[in-house]
Amino acid sequence: MSVTSLKSLNFERGLVHGHQPGWWGMVMLIITEATLFVYLLASYFYLRAEAPAWPPGGIDRPDLLVPSLNSVILLSSSVPMWWADSGIRSGSQLRLMLGLAASFGLGALFLLIQGFEYARLGFAPQVNAYGSAFFTITAFHGGHVLAGLVMMALMQVRTWLGHFDARRHLAIETTALYWHFVDGVWIFIFATLYLSPYLFPALAR
Amino acid sequence: MAATAELPTVKPLTLSRPRAIVDWLSTIDHKVIGLSYVTTAFIFFLLGGIEALLIRTQLVVPDGQLLDPRAYNQVFTMHGTTMVFLFGMPVLTGFGNYAVPLQIGARDMAFPRLNAFGYWAFLLGGLFLYASFLLGAAPNGGWFAYVPLTGPTYSPGINMDFWALGIIFLGMSTVAAAINFVVTIMALRAQGMTPFRMPLFVWTILVTACLMIIAIPPLSGAATLLELDRRFGTHFFDAQGGGDPLLWQHLFWNFGHPEVYILILPAMGMVSEILPVFSRKPIFGYAAVATSTVAIGFISVTVWAHHMFAVGLPLVAQGFFATSTVVIAVPTAVKIFNWIGTIWGGKVLLRPPFLFAAGFVAQFIIGGLSGVMVATVPFDWQAEDTYFVVAHLHYVLIGGTVFGTLAGFHYWLPKMTGRMLDERLGTLTFWLTFVGLNLAFFPMHISGLLGMPRRVYTYPPGLGWELPNFISTLGAYILGLAILAFVYNVVRSLYVGEPAGDDPWDAWTLEWATSSPPPPHNFHRLPPVLSARPLWDLKRRGRPRGEAPDWIEPAESGDPVCPSHWPLVVALGLALLFAALLVSPVWAFAGGLMCVAGIVGWTWPAAPEPGA
Repeated sequence: MSVTSLKSLNFERGLVHGHQPGWWGMVMLIITEATLFVYLLASYFYLRAEAPAWPPGGIDRPDLLVPSLNSVILLSSSVPMWWADSGIRSGSQLRLMLGLAASFGLGALFLLIQGFEYARLGFAPQVNAYGSAFFTITAFHGGHVLAGLVMMALMQVRTWLGHFDARRHLAIETTALYWHFVDGVWIFIFATLYLSPYLFPALAR
Repeated sequence: MAATAELPTVKPLTLSRPRAIVDWLSTIDHKVIGLSYVTTAFIFFLLGGIEALLIRTQLVVPDGQLLDPRAYNQVFTMHGTTMVFLFGMPVLTGFGNYAVPLQIGARDMAFPRLNAFGYWAFLLGGLFLYASFLLGAAPNGGWFAYVPLTGPTYSPGINMDFWALGIIFLGMSTVAAAINFVVTIMALRAQGMTPFRMPLFVWTILVTACLMIIAIPPLSGAATLLELDRRFGTHFFDAQGGGDPLLWQHLFWNFGHPEVYILILPAMGMVSEILPVFSRKPIFGYAAVATSTVAIGFISVTVWAHHMFAVGLPLVAQGFFATSTVVIAVPTAVKIFNWIGTIWGGKVLLRPPFLFAAGFVAQFIIGGLSGVMVATVPFDWQAEDTYFVVAHLHYVLIGGTVFGTLAGFHYWLPKMTGRMLDERLGTLTFWLTFVGLNLAFFPMHISGLLGMPRRVYTYPPGLGWELPNFISTLGAYILGLAILAFVYNVVRSLYVGEPAGDDPWDAWTLEWATSSPPPPHNFHRLPPVLSARPLWDLKRRGRPRGEAPDWIEPAESGDPVCPSHWPLVVALGLALLFAALLVSPVWAFAGGLMCVAGIVGWTWPAAPEPGA
């Protein structure tokens, strides 16, 4: 009997809906990480629903000015990442290097400002459940930003070494996807930790 | 092109070759990893079984003296933790690892190195948990670790730190395996294998993996918050600091109830593979079994608070969770009727895989019925925290998961080792398991209704609990004998078992279309998949559609297929990280660096082709 090579789309390169398995793997990782953030934010609201005042213990509602600007910095870092990603698709290693560097700079600036914000807050994670949730959720997100920065630094080095071109750039695609996730999830964290105490003061009995 | 010209030789799986250990440490072959998972999980099963026998020996008579309360707490906590996290999930992951790529006609999993990482993280996470025994400080707060008991005030030792950190570590292993399953099943199915032609085991692994992806985060998150409360003085679960102990229960059971289905769905999948083969007819209602699997997956995330009826939830909430719990019995019952319909009118072969699969159906019905009983709020208030619940969960987990696993072992071991198990020993194992299970756990319904609380280290005489406890212990030892018979059977078959041949059961899924054990790349060639039973089509020549080729080529894996030690490096880095969190955080930094270095090495292209 003979082996007949019948190659289907899904069979030849493992593409599903035009994406490689590695891309889908990152999507699955993002789903599981996003679920973790959902549970952390749900825990925040659960604790809030129990509290007599929110924030409790005489803590002021979070200051909005610097965190808002910082959010703009973080969210804008997705733009050069997108520019870098679409650059390498058309073969431009220069756009990839510049975009990665710009994204990295904005992400690092965000973390730096977050660090200064921590020092300005005037309460500690140990003060009460509010402090615990505030620090844990922001630090957890910060850890994700840090992981993204490490990934971008690695991608920068690999770009210099010429690992990527118009055909081979899966690692860039997945890094970009992860970075957009880290930025996107911040919108929900910002809305929860910074805006919701103003938007729903009635929840605080 | 001729397929026979370049058949590579089959490398037998044996540790007698030089460098075998080194090869094993860097293997990325899903079959070796699957076997490693299954073997390691089985060793943990034996440890968990020894813990169970300690518990039963302590309780055989009133005022037992074998274990003091402190030791008893550690033993029952580690029994539960072991059976759920170190046996149940990994053994099913192992079967999935071994069987899924074969059943869908792939060469390997989508991410073979991630697969290896999953195994190493499981092995090291298990060793991490068991290292606590060496310090005499095994976890002692119960496998669901309720606060405030497990908080810093009431559990000051490092026992529960081992638990929380070990659970986070093991969660990473589980998620890695789950992501791999989903993408493998999405991307690497053989040509023609549409979703409704996939083997039902693949369906159940797919749904299980999706559940793991969304159910592990609340567990890892909760364990992290618990560890922060314990080590860094946060107040998530501390009522005096504005936290809430019930938050732990919500988070834990948001994991815990999907977890029950994570443990049962793959076993259901095995049963759905085995019953038809040994009834010599296709499964009755394939689509109904597949879609009820998906339905169970969806409903399973809406039932968690039925573990919390006694904590004072609003009545509306209790009504909702009682209803959703009863509703989940519907797709479950659909499957049971499908299995019965499969056996009905078949030419039943009473061989060990069939016995265990049919035993699964019989015993799981009992566990399911007592599940509907405790889903009823007023009944649950009576039975909560008594041995009735212990009876229920063991009928589900032994009658379900363990029977399914043993069915899977008797069915697939000939494929894995190339040798048949002894049928008489297999039949003996079945009857010992069946009798042992019912003797051990049926009386617990009675002792529970007589008011015996779970987790007490002893009880006074004269409460009417003596007889049920004595019978339970007897049954537990019979279960122990059953497992010994099984171990003897497996070891014996490795040496003197009959050669299995490619297809000892005259089955019809793709794993039986290759040799036993399969070559490293799984298939030289595949029959085209034109129905849910491609091998049956080939053997019977009864093609549903005319012009198909005789053989097709298997699908490639997503990763380069060469051994790699980086997954082990990353897992070791994590082990160092978690061990350091127990003692000195400085070393945690080193562990983190080792992980990063490992990931860099892992993702570095093997042969960069600049400009290629």
